[in-house]
Amino acid sequence: MADQDCRHLLAALGDYIDGTLEEQICRELERHMAECQNCRVVVDTMRKMIYLYQVEASEEGVPAEARQRLFARLNLDV
Amino acid sequence: MSEKETFSLEALQRRDRQEMARLVEAFSTPVYRLGLKILGNPQDAEDVLQSTFLKVFEALPSFEGRSSLSTWIYRIAVNEALMILRKRRPEIGLALDDGNEDEEEPLSPPQAMIDWCCLPEDELLSSEARRVLDQAIRKLPEKLRLVFILRDIEGLSIQETAEALGLSETNVKTRLLRARLRLREMLSEYYEERVREKQIYG
Repeated sequence: MADQDCRHLLAALGDYIDGTLEEQICRELERHMAECQNCRVVVDTMRKMIYLYQVEASEEGVPAEARQRLFARLNLDV
Repeated sequence: MSEKETFSLEALQRRDRQEMARLVEAFSTPVYRLGLKILGNPQDAEDVLQSTFLKVFEALPSFEGRSSLSTWIYRIAVNEALMILRKRRPEIGLALDDGNEDEEEPLSPPQAMIDWCCLPEDELLSSEARRVLDQAIRKLPEKLRLVFILRDIEGLSIQETAEALGLSETNVKTRLLRARLRLREMLSEYYEERVREKQIYG
């Protein structure tokens, strides 16, 4: 991560991960990543990390009793 | 969240109970999860859930639709969660508008360079790993954590996150990248160790 191209990747990393990076810059970064294992690892592990948080969150729901108390509090229980 | 934006504002504003219940059904999980991630325990998350919807229905008559309904609900939920947080820990002033000094510091370059993506999913999401995920997010400074929760966990767009938190989009992007970089370092510390174990013990 010392190389100038690596620093460019770092600056554009957010947009790259979100898929909102300008196409030309995107191609340049991908050319760089093809040769730079460190940058590939950073991008891959960052994507994986976001995915893991999303999976974990998708399993968290409102407990049945809390849901019941909410509907009662709002006078919406049937 | 956009697929859920099929509520009749007119019905909600005349307090149609069926429409209100539908709104609560659609948003109770994300609101509860937000409370859980900001405050870290189910009791406080339930408080956030209740006070958010009480506020939502109280304020609905004056909702003008300048932002989307979902962004507006997230905004209320964040405020409720932060209010509870301030009560619990009054020493934390709050965090959202406390200047941009952090944004001006240069990004610290990534350090962890071992690829742990290859670990099997049951190991990446073992109960121990889940504790590490939770601890890591709790260690983030509040203002980075909120952006990460709304954008990456709840899936709001950059623009929606900015609206929900009252920040500029540039600010959201900067904080998001900082949050992702810090979390990646913290998680890598744990997962790299698992990779090494595999290399040693096969």
